Amino acid sequence: MTWDRLRTWLLGGWSGLALAYLFIPIVIVVLFSFNNNKGRFNFTWQGFTFKHWAHPFADPDLALALKNSLAIAAISTVIATALGTFMALALVRYGFRGRGAADLFVFLPLATPEVVLGAALLALFLTMNVSTGFVTIVIAHVMFNISYVVVTVKARLEGMDPHVEEAAQDLGAGVWSTFARVTLPMIAPGVAAAALLAAALSVDDYVITSFNAGQTITFPLFIYGATRQGVPPEVNVLASGLLFVVLILMGLNVLLQRRRARRDHDAVEGLPIAVGAPATG
Amino acid sequence: MLRLSLRRRRQLLPYLFLGPGLLWLLIFFLVPLANQAYVSLQTGDPEAGYVFGWHFSTYTTALSDYHTQILRSFGYAGVATVLDLVIAFPLAYFIAFKAGRFKNVMLLLIVMPFFTSYLVRTVSWQLILSDNGWVVGRLRDVGLLSSGGRLLATRTAVIAGITYNFLPFMALPLYVSLEKVDRRLVEAATDLYASRTTAFRKVTLPLALPGVFAGSLLTFIPAVGDYINAALLGTPNQYMIGNVIQAKFLNILDYPTAAALSFLLMGVILLAILLYARALGTRSLTEAAAA
Repeated sequence: MTWDRLRTWLLGGWSGLALAYLFIPIVIVVLFSFNNNKGRFNFTWQGFTFKHWAHPFADPDLALALKNSLAIAAISTVIATALGTFMALALVRYGFRGRGAADLFVFLPLATPEVVLGAALLALFLTMNVSTGFVTIVIAHVMFNISYVVVTVKARLEGMDPHVEEAAQDLGAGVWSTFARVTLPMIAPGVAAAALLAAALSVDDYVITSFNAGQTITFPLFIYGATRQGVPPEVNVLASGLLFVVLILMGLNVLLQRRRARRDHDAVEGLPIAVGAPATG
Repeated sequence: MLRLSLRRRRQLLPYLFLGPGLLWLLIFFLVPLANQAYVSLQTGDPEAGYVFGWHFSTYTTALSDYHTQILRSFGYAGVATVLDLVIAFPLAYFIAFKAGRFKNVMLLLIVMPFFTSYLVRTVSWQLILSDNGWVVGRLRDVGLLSSGGRLLATRTAVIAGITYNFLPFMALPLYVSLEKVDRRLVEAATDLYASRTTAFRKVTLPLALPGVFAGSLLTFIPAVGDYINAALLGTPNQYMIGNVIQAKFLNILDYPTAAALSFLLMGVILLAILLYARALGTRSLTEAAAA
């Protein structure tokens, strides 16, 4: 019994250390957004200040870079999520010739190093005489995000009961109304997770973007360029700000799901007979 | 008549769903790779341009010129993958079976790095490991580091950076596969007089293998091709194959060598995956990756 407890403590201690390892650099990033640094460098702690938070967009190049990143993320996320969701539907819900091959093909970009993806795409653009910039970044981001969306939505679809859709069609719903009113609401959490993942990957991508950016500067490209002469604290402010926004959104999502779960629970409790309700949320 | 047309429509539907996305991947993933294979066989120089000529010697020259960086990439990525497995397995195990109501908070902490920029976090490591930083100072105080000893710009820093950056990719699949393990099987084993250790070794571990496999791939593949950690936390003495491909492509404009190195990298990755799959006895690659 004591051995068991000791082992649990050891496991817990190890886990705490592992989480600290993950977390320390992030804490440092947030902390140094409040650093009252002298001159250009933001390397040593020199006192607390809110001044960088007051003017996060003081550097116009940084502001433009962030604007570009957010615009690219929004456009590429919408396209990749739409394309990927339909692909996942086809791969899970329909038996057809070539399904195995399509499955493997979608998996391939995930198994290819980013530097190879980026270089190959740039070589194609060079050969075709396409000038690189905003549009080619969007194209590249959609390309690497499609596979992530397919994998995420597929996982959701595989956990779903296909009989619900069959029931809707047996009751006379057409292909489209089954999709819009049964399938889509059921996979919505998976699609939302996929879109969030795609947006995060797009905003964060440096390697593939650096090959296909031309003269366009994104947030990661700006940071990489700044590492040579010292990253300005405004970068810490914007990075921390993005993190806080995501955390708040995730918190709201948890609250929403909890409320929905309670409502569903009440609804099922209220039914006269027990119904094998499909999993939602 | 109506039923037939409906059935036809149902048969066409998957292709219609698959089409647009598949087309995108075809044009912007497969065609570029094919083009890259074509480029790798070209010969010439940046001034005069390159022409195609079944020039296979680019591969052998690239291999003999850069085998150091190739081997180093696999060494660093291999060490980082093993370290990640050692760090993440107890963590995933704790979250899956012992964390109780802290489960969701701990999972949130694991995905948190995804919401801070990769580059910003790596720059943060630069700051933590810098020569006049707190960590180096304390290590010198206790004598673990000589007075001129450094952490930044060393092999240790690069490997630590890679290990750090890909830790969540190891921890999450491990957690998912451990979470699926039916605890009653472990209880059955202990009821049948298996010791805790034996039960873990014979029941839990084999059931968690798909997660080990998926996590290792998700860590190893991006780690092998990574060049950010070597560029920001190391010196040219720590440069990996990604640094060479990037420089060849963007600075030196030696496209054939960059393309050849890309294929050498992918070839060795494929070989490593197949060997690893055989060693773990995983039946289907995609099955494990989906886990």
